[in-house]
Amino acid sequence: MKHRYLPMTEQDQKEMLNVIGVSTVDELFSDIPEKVRFKGNYNIKPAKSESALLKELAQLSKENANSDDYASFLGAGVYDHYKPVIVDHVISRSEFYTAYTPYQPEISQGELQAIFEFQTMIAELTGMDLANSSMYDGGTALAEAGMLAAAHTRRKKLLVSGAVHPISHDVVKTYAAGQSIEVVNVPLKDGVTDLAALQELIDADTAAVLVQYPNFYGQVENVQAIADVIHEAKGLCVVSSNPLALGILTPPGKMGADITVGDAQPFGIPESFGGPHCGYFAVTKKLMRKVPGRLIGETIDDEGRRGYVLTLQAREQHIRREKATSNICSNQALNALAAAVAMTALGKKGVQEMATQNILKTHYAKEAFEKAGFTVVFKGAHFNEIVVKCNTSVSTINKGLFEKGIIGGFDLGKVDAALENHALIAVTEQRTKEEIDALVQEMGALHA
Amino acid sequence: MHNDNQPLIFELSTEGRIGYSLSELDVPAVDLGAILPSEFIRTEEAELPEVSELDIMRHYTALSRRNHGVDSGFYPLGSCTMKYNPKINEAIARFAGFANIHPLQDEATVQGALGLMYDLQEHLIEITGMDEVTLQPAAGAHGEWTALMMIRAFHEANGDFQRTKVLVPDSAHGTNPASATVAGFDTVTVKSDENGLVDLEDLRRLVGDDTAALMLTNPNTLGLFEEHILDIAAIVHEVGGKVYYDGANLNAVMSKARPGDMGFDCVHLNLHKTFTGPHGGGGPGSGPVGVKADLIPFLPKPVLVKTEEGYHFDYERPQSIGRVKPFYGNFGINVRAYAYIRSMGPDGLKTVTENAVINANYMMRRLEPYFDLPYNRHCKHEFVLSGSRQKKLGARTLDMAKRLLDFGYHPPTTYFPLNVEEGLMIEPTETESKETLDAFCDAMIQIAKEVEETPEVVQEAPHTTVIGRLDETRAARNPVLRYQKETVEV
Repeated sequence: MKHRYLPMTEQDQKEMLNVIGVSTVDELFSDIPEKVRFKGNYNIKPAKSESALLKELAQLSKENANSDDYASFLGAGVYDHYKPVIVDHVISRSEFYTAYTPYQPEISQGELQAIFEFQTMIAELTGMDLANSSMYDGGTALAEAGMLAAAHTRRKKLLVSGAVHPISHDVVKTYAAGQSIEVVNVPLKDGVTDLAALQELIDADTAAVLVQYPNFYGQVENVQAIADVIHEAKGLCVVSSNPLALGILTPPGKMGADITVGDAQPFGIPESFGGPHCGYFAVTKKLMRKVPGRLIGETIDDEGRRGYVLTLQAREQHIRREKATSNICSNQALNALAAAVAMTALGKKGVQEMATQNILKTHYAKEAFEKAGFTVVFKGAHFNEIVVKCNTSVSTINKGLFEKGIIGGFDLGKVDAALENHALIAVTEQRTKEEIDALVQEMGALHA
Repeated sequence: MHNDNQPLIFELSTEGRIGYSLSELDVPAVDLGAILPSEFIRTEEAELPEVSELDIMRHYTALSRRNHGVDSGFYPLGSCTMKYNPKINEAIARFAGFANIHPLQDEATVQGALGLMYDLQEHLIEITGMDEVTLQPAAGAHGEWTALMMIRAFHEANGDFQRTKVLVPDSAHGTNPASATVAGFDTVTVKSDENGLVDLEDLRRLVGDDTAALMLTNPNTLGLFEEHILDIAAIVHEVGGKVYYDGANLNAVMSKARPGDMGFDCVHLNLHKTFTGPHGGGGPGSGPVGVKADLIPFLPKPVLVKTEEGYHFDYERPQSIGRVKPFYGNFGINVRAYAYIRSMGPDGLKTVTENAVINANYMMRRLEPYFDLPYNRHCKHEFVLSGSRQKKLGARTLDMAKRLLDFGYHPPTTYFPLNVEEGLMIEPTETESKETLDAFCDAMIQIAKEVEETPEVVQEAPHTTVIGRLDETRAARNPVLRYQKETVEV
């Protein structure tokens, strides 16, 4: 058959089979035993032309409500943020997106340098000594951090704050099951990790405590106090952090974190129905040789020119094989590039301004809800999310909002029975005052 | 390639420049100190660059010119399936209805996305011959680990707690043993025989009631089809173990043999290899896992189901291994793979495999007179040469790989699989023309001649790249993993 991706002509094929020394293509497959040979064609949909497929899938995509058409107050780990237009232009340079992992540094300096810059920006934001070149996402990065902590301390218990994203918490549990590591939930007090309860739970087998900053409920945890408690027991402090928040918030590295992980999705990466996003993984110098995944380092060539290479590869699966502590190979390089471009565009001032707008708009929403008679539970400091108590089910409210062109907040009753009728409302810099006012007004109408 | 050294973006920074555009704040500008306690407000600014939009575009354009992708030139990197990445896939993945949808939206508002995922699963079920597929794993290694966790849960559900061993051939990808370890298993290496295939005697000796699974790539990493696959599966099944298919090499057998018909119980696919997800400089990938019926109860949560009211996620899975990843997999990559499968159709996928195999065999025969070919039989989508003849003359495989850079090619995979001395693993893929293959073979033949006549040209390569061979020892001994502003002494 002829296809625009398949250049082999009939004449080519004839000549090539001749060189190979066979008369039919089938001869090349004669080593597949008759019994397992697949006969005929797959029973799948027939091929579509370029135009027809574009039309069909454009139509299908319109069956989804997207955050360009709706004002979205849905967050819970994935956010509708400002995406500088240049991000997509850079990652569409096919020298970047059609390249493999930069195993040949002489012809991969562009990718290597761009990711070296990404590592630097993540280290700057998190206040950690160094960061790797990316992980799949924030959830698996947190799980890998837990595994690293257990291997490093040779202890078998992880304490996970009840205010860590419940989905990430679940991912940690799955990873831990593979390594026979125990996962214990740390209860909350007023929407943040209960320090006294944490202290009670720590024992000689505790490898680490895992907290989220700002946490799942939008509250800003006192990482320093948590780090002090776990360090006393010689365990590690692992922090999962929204990197945008760190434009304003004190970085975990300055509050005693040993490992800081998270997802760089807020920096130029589309929601994309939950993936691909971009996990990051940052540590103190002490843990440098235990980091999972790829690291890019600076060096020089035979003429003394500065260049970049994949380095400290003795940590990784392709060298250590069964002795490796992580099996990660492919990562999220292209999205790390996207995040690097967005962080570059925002720059030193923009990241602060954007983070500040998130805080102020959320603060405005909080006051507006309270004025309208809602209870905003949890009184601590917040970043861009708040928990609003409603009189009726969140799913009913969200259906009403949807008709008004609004995607409502996350229904917390789905993850915590005690928070039935509570919505987690995210307010990013993308939401206008009018949209916030409309949200509060519509929720008030539905709530009554 | 671009020859000027490109400064780091931090070195291009000038105080006061900006590259962003945020709307003016339209709510009251309350003092942050009134919202956040002072200990939560950072006192040192993160040292991000300060550059204009044009500065940014020039910087990344310069970097891109120092990078080689499939669109730049031939990329015969064995085991990586560096085929053309269709542009229609990129366009479709960027539709607002796919790119800008939130994973926690009401299912009724994302039926198009769920329908696409479901149909992709159906297509992959047919392609692999499995009974069910999950799209959740983010990449191949993640898929391996997910499947091994399911195998572990399966054995434990049967009260089989003594199955602690996973068998892996010595030619396997490094992720196989690493995934086994991360899933809590011990790895046992199975030898290859003189034909480069699994040594059946060694396998028989190693299996037992402690066998959890055998992980196998077919065709294997030498590009050879495991002819005794049914015997292999039977040996493992007889002792109660599961047989796992590493789908990295699926491009070799589409429409020719399905893992489900070869006796495999589960399989992972690399949608970023066979199904044209762009490699992106190392990711993101997508590594769906297919399973036979008896493993279905253990699939990661949630499982996408189709009902009369539409598609929805089922979380009531009591035997599930749990969540392996937030949300539902790398959806954006899955959209691209779906667009590819729909562009090819059944005839197209069959031709893909046939042409990939013809291309590999053609190159193998053209290069055979000049290099050692340790396993001389029809290969599948890739083949492995040995540089041992050239090594005796003073040029190693590494040197020849570097010399290929001067011809504008990305070199083949080198020193893998581990059971070939000075290995050169070549995978052309089906999207390359005969002219491209011929030009590459001519370059390889010229290099073989250079090794005989002027070995220093090869030993000192590359000669034309933007940078020479880099000092990797220095990078590892004294790691510099980030830029830091030099501190100015006052």
